[in-house]
Amino acid sequence: MSDPDRSVPEGSDLIYLQRRPVRLWHWLNAFSVIVMLMSGLMIFNAHPMLYWGQYGANQDPPWLVIGANEGAGFLKIGGVTIPTTGVLGISGDNELAFPALVTIPSSYDLAAARQWHFAFAWLLVVPGLLFWIWGLASRHVQRDLAPTGQELRPRHIWQDVKNHARLRFPRGEAARRYNILQKLSYVGVIFGLLPTMVLTGLTMSPGMNAAWPWLLDLFGGRQSARSVHFICASLLVAFIIVHLMMVVLAGPVNELRSMITGWYRLPREKAR
Amino acid sequence: MTILTRRKLIGSIGVGAGSLLLAGCDRIVASPTVRQVLGAGEGLTRRAQRLVTDRHALAREFSPSDMSPSFRVNGNSMPTSEAYQAHAVQRFVDWRLVVDGLVRRPLALSLAQIRAMPTRTQITRHDCVEGWSAIGKWSGLPLKLLMDGAGPLPAARYAVFHCADDFDGEPYYESIDLIDVYHPQTILAWGMNDELLSVGHGAPLRLRVERQLGYKQAKYVMRVELVDDLAKVGSGKGGYWEDSADYQWYAGI
Repeated sequence: MSDPDRSVPEGSDLIYLQRRPVRLWHWLNAFSVIVMLMSGLMIFNAHPMLYWGQYGANQDPPWLVIGANEGAGFLKIGGVTIPTTGVLGISGDNELAFPALVTIPSSYDLAAARQWHFAFAWLLVVPGLLFWIWGLASRHVQRDLAPTGQELRPRHIWQDVKNHARLRFPRGEAARRYNILQKLSYVGVIFGLLPTMVLTGLTMSPGMNAAWPWLLDLFGGRQSARSVHFICASLLVAFIIVHLMMVVLAGPVNELRSMITGWYRLPREKAR
Repeated sequence: MTILTRRKLIGSIGVGAGSLLLAGCDRIVASPTVRQVLGAGEGLTRRAQRLVTDRHALAREFSPSDMSPSFRVNGNSMPTSEAYQAHAVQRFVDWRLVVDGLVRRPLALSLAQIRAMPTRTQITRHDCVEGWSAIGKWSGLPLKLLMDGAGPLPAARYAVFHCADDFDGEPYYESIDLIDVYHPQTILAWGMNDELLSVGHGAPLRLRVERQLGYKQAKYVMRVELVDDLAKVGSGKGGYWEDSADYQWYAGI
């Protein structure tokens, strides 16, 4: 009963699952995404309102506001206002949209947050592009990440949803491959969320707008791009939370080892 | 006797760990070495952006129907200097724009002279570094024409805009390089939304350098000085906000 990692029975096979470029990119990306998210929240603190369209400033109607009113924090989405004192708007002595604990730096400093955000953007984009190139050239993407037609059938996806809900994870040979929900979320993050974050980020640059005006057309204006940037960041946070939960549930020692050394112990088939 | 519940204990450990973490992180953020490394990131961004984009590319111009119903005033809305306020009362009739520094022909132009010169009108988006945007219509003198009049010396590399306003006695100024000086949309605006520029928006002249963020759009421009090096101006970082709050001098993003 004292075994902290009971999902990994002794004696089952150790396999080399995660290749070096995957591991390297994973950790670099984890590091840069966390810094990007935290400095991004400080940048958001400078004007905690979001709009749709080409323009939006204090007098214009925002679709989202995080603020404080007479000592009470609130989050307003559309017509709905949610009290958030202690979490958003106001936390401790801090009257900022996002609290000190989740921002870089912890006290209001837009210039420093921008400095961090744009420096780490390089660490996000350059390894990201290299990972794309390597992933396609080595066929990692086609072989390990791309869902097969069989897997994309609603019946199969639904079965996997049920398996996840019951915390029944693949064992034996099946554990060598990513399941369909894993594939969809990884492909969604690598080829959907992350590039959208980068493109909407560039759309907020007046310099880039001049050079690449198609960015404004693609996202329907700078303020829409800012909203999409924020929504994608929120989805990324949701992904990270679920991802970490799955790591814990699937056996954190085994999962972490495979992402550090590459070696993964296949969970043994259950005796039937 | 205080009873320490388990919840309270866990809570206070959490707060303790949290503030320790914050202190540690802030020490990293404040470290000069770290800031230097991050500053290198900014230089990389500037060079990369100029490498992949056309330096003459125009900022998008909008139609009248896209204009913001109200264009907010922010930053200073009335310079405190007595000289400025006297000019404002007299509607700037005795005021002169000074152009000097590394130029062949220093100038002192009246507002009437400036308005009599060729005018460019453009409806563009103003992007504050904080994140909001507003679309307005600006009319003014292309800076290129001013340069043609003054004749920059070969050593000139930057234009410095000295302004009438200040923050706690620190005069506002901004600077741009010659790429932006000669950009066709860079104007010294005297009109906004089909009216004469208001004091709140920067009368008598406001710099519009449309591919940059709001704090580069200096209001209350009194003097344009051409220099070879920004280190000699203000605290040397190229602008009031750059000096006082470490804002990026190159604000293309």
